[in-house]
Amino acid sequence: MGLDEIFTASVFASAIRLATPYIFAALGETFAQRSGVLNLGVDGMMLMGAFTGFYAVHVAQVGAVMSEPASLILGLAVALIVGALMGLAMAFVSVTLKAKQGISGIGVYLFGLGLSELLFQEWVGTPKSVSGFPRIEFPLLTDLPIIGEIFFNHNLLVYVAFALVPISAYVLNNTTFGLMIRAVGQNPEAADAMGVNVARVRYATTTIGGMLAGLAGASLSIALINLFQQNLTAGQGFIAVALVYFGGWRPWTVAAGAMLFSFVNALQLQIKVIGADIPSEFAVMAPYVITIIALVFATKRHEQPTALTKPYERGE
Amino acid sequence: MAEIVKQKSNLLPTGHAPISRLEMSGIIKRFPGVLAADGIDFDVRAGEIHALLGENGAGKSTLMKMLYGLYHPDAGQIRINDIETIIRNPQDAIQHGIGMIHQHFMLVPSLTVAENIALGMKSSRGARLDLDVVSRRVLELSEIYNLKVDPDLPIWQLAVGEQQRVEILRALYKGAALLILDEPTAVLTPQEVDGLFRILKQLADDGHALVFISHKLHEVLEISQRVTVLRDGRRVNSIPTSEATRPKLAEMMVGRPVLLEYDKQAADPQADRLVLSGVSALSNRGTIGLDDVSLRLRGGEIVGIAGVSGNGQQELAQCITGLRPLTAGSVTVDGEDVSNAHPSALNAMGLSHIPEERMLDGVIKEFSVAENYVLQDHGHPKFTRGKIFMLFHKIREFCRRAIETYEIKTPSTETLVKSLSGGNIQKLVLARELSRDPGVLIAAQPTRGVDIGATEYIHQRLLHERDQGTAILLISEDLDEIRALSDRIAVMYEGRIVGEVENRDVDIEHLGLLMTGGG
Repeated sequence: MGLDEIFTASVFASAIRLATPYIFAALGETFAQRSGVLNLGVDGMMLMGAFTGFYAVHVAQVGAVMSEPASLILGLAVALIVGALMGLAMAFVSVTLKAKQGISGIGVYLFGLGLSELLFQEWVGTPKSVSGFPRIEFPLLTDLPIIGEIFFNHNLLVYVAFALVPISAYVLNNTTFGLMIRAVGQNPEAADAMGVNVARVRYATTTIGGMLAGLAGASLSIALINLFQQNLTAGQGFIAVALVYFGGWRPWTVAAGAMLFSFVNALQLQIKVIGADIPSEFAVMAPYVITIIALVFATKRHEQPTALTKPYERGE
Repeated sequence: MAEIVKQKSNLLPTGHAPISRLEMSGIIKRFPGVLAADGIDFDVRAGEIHALLGENGAGKSTLMKMLYGLYHPDAGQIRINDIETIIRNPQDAIQHGIGMIHQHFMLVPSLTVAENIALGMKSSRGARLDLDVVSRRVLELSEIYNLKVDPDLPIWQLAVGEQQRVEILRALYKGAALLILDEPTAVLTPQEVDGLFRILKQLADDGHALVFISHKLHEVLEISQRVTVLRDGRRVNSIPTSEATRPKLAEMMVGRPVLLEYDKQAADPQADRLVLSGVSALSNRGTIGLDDVSLRLRGGEIVGIAGVSGNGQQELAQCITGLRPLTAGSVTVDGEDVSNAHPSALNAMGLSHIPEERMLDGVIKEFSVAENYVLQDHGHPKFTRGKIFMLFHKIREFCRRAIETYEIKTPSTETLVKSLSGGNIQKLVLARELSRDPGVLIAAQPTRGVDIGATEYIHQRLLHERDQGTAILLISEDLDEIRALSDRIAVMYEGRIVGEVENRDVDIEHLGLLMTGGG
């Protein structure tokens, strides 16, 4: 077994694909946390986005009521709306009702886990697949050796996820909205005194977080795996939360963390495929262990939103 | 630019319209269980510095927060240039030309000066930030008002005085014609206070209206033209400052004559009680917190530790009281080495401690007055049977006596400490710490946030303890307090003691220099 057997182009390509849901979810969580809201319900939101997106596509395709691309757009829209609603619910509980965010987030997670499973049992029953987003063929580029396979052989949502990284960084660092988000997460009293509506900013970021979590779920169910089953995400939303800490609340490093994690994941899958003599349990553990180690050593605390998890009250 | 301003002399140098007169009348504000403002009248004019004086909880900040739109009055009206105005939120206030410099700076530490100023304002580029435009305007304004500041530095890199300048600049940037300054000198060194006063005088000369909130009498006398005194949510009186004197203002504030100068006898120091030699320790951040500090404290004297907050005072108190490990040096109490001894062992040796953060380290606020009174002594034979069963009737009895002696205002011994005022909590801590008849007392910020009446009492009590032979280390950021009580003064800067002087021949300018690392 040589290194060239392990580090193949397909490993890099699958690392990019695997990173997609993490990037969506973690970028959304970055917005929420930067404004001071710790949303631990990401995984539940992903599950709801994954199921509802899948279900819309499934119904549309089985009934043949619209073209395949239209059904996929419908699925995306449904996942975005459901994610936004879940985000709004989280914002209502943690911003308006000022509940403890750790607990309310776990509540949202369990809600999403249970409801997605219930609806799946009631409406679908057994795992069925849909035809999801197809791979995009780039003229010439896709046929390039190695490069083509790694970079120009993915579906639309993969590119959307990666495009969102610079966009998120720009929004956070170069817009008035981003400035408000950073201020509200660091010193909500100051932001309030400067006429920033703290609650409105936190509602906005938590809703954005919900939409991106919904998109993350849909990227699994209608673009990468193209089916839904009970607990499809298997805790990916929680990894996304960890990645936000790992990345120091900055979109670029958060995405880099998602890539690292996915790359190790792709490697361990490859090692299994080529039948290396490593107990599979250890291989499966590897991404998590590496993430934990990286979290311990790589976290830079200076960007940590000091008001994270703290509801804001004006004290009147 | 400057010429245009001069031509339109009815405008402020920022180009905004002045507020020639602002009037609040019959302002009432209720909080659950408290009438915070009870029909207060107040007015301020362009070109005037109007001082708002009162104890903590007198209603000064509440009144001004209503002017700034952070609170809403239950009754009463606000008139700006004789037009009745309703101020719903800070944005409204800013629009009407009102700016507020808060006691705790409303700045985001991780953001730059320009970002902090741009926060909450419309950008000239729509959704995109226009920080370069903001920076240019900031430099322009800092030129006009002589307020030097670098717009690209993050706030956390600035000294406290510079942060305050940013706050003032920001208010001016947003077009403030009226500036409310909430206890602006509380965090400044004497030199910084001088600088601030120069700025405030210039602002008034330029036609701004200023409200100066304070509880420090000499500052009010120095800076203001008029002074309004509040007490218990009511206006006591408004008088021209030229007719005010310190005793008169103090009496208006407290409602009875107050002793401002203590009739202090010369100290009669006895043997060494507390000796520090070459003590070093780390700060919370792992940097050097204390650097080779040596200090000698004798029975019957008060040694004051002066310095700007965060220069090792906290570490010093903690090292002495066993709350922070020493990395070098030694601490002895009555000749016995107690370096790194456990706090309970130090208690037993007669070392008492009034901690700086009284709500955090001084009391358990969810416990009753009586329970807090015996926090360290609950195992004492006089409070227990067989060292196991607590004798609550005994505890209550001792506590009642302390309440009487120390004039602690509390409904009962069973009242939860969190419902007492700051001054009464501090008196409770003082009562508890003195109940053990200590040989050494470490008093850290003993009157911070405490009203004048209680401050006077605590000061008298400390002087009385000194005369009884107790060795007292007084750590305070309030130079007036240090000057009033200490026999010797040591100045701390960056974890070291940079100077030590006898109080009677101290020069305040020199002290100020030492505090900022000069001298």
